[in-house]
Amino acid sequence: MVSKKQHMILEVKNLKTYFDTPEGVVKAVDGVSFDLKKGEVLGIVGETGSGKSVTALSLLNLIPQPAGKIVEGQILLEGTDLARLNPRQMQKYRGSKISMVFQDPMTSLNPVYTIGSQIMEAIRIHQSITKNQARKKTIELLTMVGIPEPSRRLKSYPHECSGGMCQRVMVAMALANNPSVLIADEPTTALDVTIQAQILELMVKLKDRTGSAIILITHDLGVIAKYASRVMVMYGGKPVEFADVDTIFYEPLHPYTRGLMGSITRLDNKKKQRLLAIEGSCPSLIDLPPGCTFYPRCPYARKRCAQSYPGLEQVNPGRRIACHRWKNFRKGYNEGKP
Amino acid sequence: MLYYILKRILQMIPVLIGVTLILFLLMYIIPEDPARLILQQGATDQALANLREKMGIDQPLHIQYFRYMKNLLQGDLGTSYRYRRPVTGILADAYPNSIRLAFAAILIEILIGLCAGMIAAVKKYSFWDTLVTVSTTLAVCVPVFWLGMIMQNLFGLRLGWLPISGMGDGSIQYYILPAFTLASVSTAYVARMTRSSMLEVMSHDYITTAFAKGLSYRLVVGKHALKNALIPVVTLIGLNLGALMGGVVLTETVFNWPGIGRTIYLAILERDTPVVLGGTLVLVIIFLVLNLVVDVLYGLLDPRIRVAKQEVKV
Repeated sequence: MVSKKQHMILEVKNLKTYFDTPEGVVKAVDGVSFDLKKGEVLGIVGETGSGKSVTALSLLNLIPQPAGKIVEGQILLEGTDLARLNPRQMQKYRGSKISMVFQDPMTSLNPVYTIGSQIMEAIRIHQSITKNQARKKTIELLTMVGIPEPSRRLKSYPHECSGGMCQRVMVAMALANNPSVLIADEPTTALDVTIQAQILELMVKLKDRTGSAIILITHDLGVIAKYASRVMVMYGGKPVEFADVDTIFYEPLHPYTRGLMGSITRLDNKKKQRLLAIEGSCPSLIDLPPGCTFYPRCPYARKRCAQSYPGLEQVNPGRRIACHRWKNFRKGYNEGKP
Repeated sequence: MLYYILKRILQMIPVLIGVTLILFLLMYIIPEDPARLILQQGATDQALANLREKMGIDQPLHIQYFRYMKNLLQGDLGTSYRYRRPVTGILADAYPNSIRLAFAAILIEILIGLCAGMIAAVKKYSFWDTLVTVSTTLAVCVPVFWLGMIMQNLFGLRLGWLPISGMGDGSIQYYILPAFTLASVSTAYVARMTRSSMLEVMSHDYITTAFAKGLSYRLVVGKHALKNALIPVVTLIGLNLGALMGGVVLTETVFNWPGIGRTIYLAILERDTPVVLGGTLVLVIIFLVLNLVVDVLYGLLDPRIRVAKQEVKV
């Protein structure tokens, strides 16, 4: 019997990443906590500017220096706190224990080196093997991610490949050292719809083979519904709702999550309902008011929402929410009128 | 690649025809009678007319031009009015000296320019960055001949460290002042271009990818960023070659360097048309060839350009 603790690969506790700008301190990530079990897919959802990508970059300690800084919190990867490592120690973890697939595959590969040399580099930086062995491993990886004629493709440059193929290469590179955690930061945003599904299927398939866990960052709720097992919704640099995927879709409690759900286009929409838009845009993360970050846009806001920030409250095991009024919404569900 | 080089060489032909035509016209416009120049004062009209006929300069312009081109194709650049020697011989004496000087200057340009630019980029907004920015601004603003004279004064006359004139026995200390003078402006441009190019490249996504792979800062900068950052710098160095050719004339004159620049300068003063024409022509050819070399180098650095060039074949 494996204890709960051992199941956890990654535990992020109260992570805060701030940026110093001439206008003031931007609290891009402000108190994010979550954990990740072996082999699971955790979805992080939120609109542009909600702090998803900065959270991801923080995990790898790749915050643009010197403006950005992890000011507080722990990132425990299999017990090691990544936030406390010096740059040299951190290098050993990047790409080997924790790796990342980025949003735009066409710009994420170095245009002046071949695909093969870029994957081989990723292997050889962490494993002491010969060039020939690395080459063989690279061909294996390319085969694994479904690139035809891998030994020929090795010599291709990124500009000679399609976006989908580049993203496959990025996946191969990220998985080159069998990482425990794979972060996918909007891995399909820049791709065609048909290719999107292929890449996601591929990542999930390979996750099962290599046993790594995936943090899937996206603003596409369809992707979350299909691939994630648990979801963290972020707004204004803070997590606002935390639940498993079914709960999020059938019983969203936070007004922001509900807004997100309302803005999905659905093919089974028979009543010709209008798509709901959340009015306004993400708040500037400088000098946030003391109240709830979502307060200015929230249709259900009350006085106290403007006065104090609702902390994350546990609804039931595995489900947390940061809203003063969640109980009212829950009651609504129970009475059949959300 | 071979096809590309061949194509480029063929493209040089019209350029060269154009250049000779313009040069020839310019020299023709100057109201200077070569016969009078050669025979000097006191010559009879008859003697002058005879010489003009002998030299063929009494004939219309186009005939003179075609004769010049015909000789040129046979490797004959004419005879110097002043020295009564074939121009090719005069140029052959002077060119190696200029090429050595230019080579030294390019070396300085690449070594110092690249290093300074990289340091400035890596240590952005530091003391070193400011130093590079300020000194390059100065170097660009200061006229080459003035800088040369200041250096002569300081390092030659006051400190007595370095020779200030000529190339002596050709040892390295004779090169230092003229080479630095010649390289000053281009070095400054290279440093600035390297800095901005490096900073630009460092903000690209693939740099984040390189860090995410677990590469060290040194490797990311030295391998992934540098090769990309070099692409515009190589172009700049290529373009700067033209300025370098111009600088050769000034620098060699200031430092009394027995090279092509000084030869052309003296020839201009003495209205020695064939030498000016021949010297300039060879400068142009060298410029064209160097540009080709730079373009080939460019392709080696950037695979995307390589493909664009090969598309003609596919």
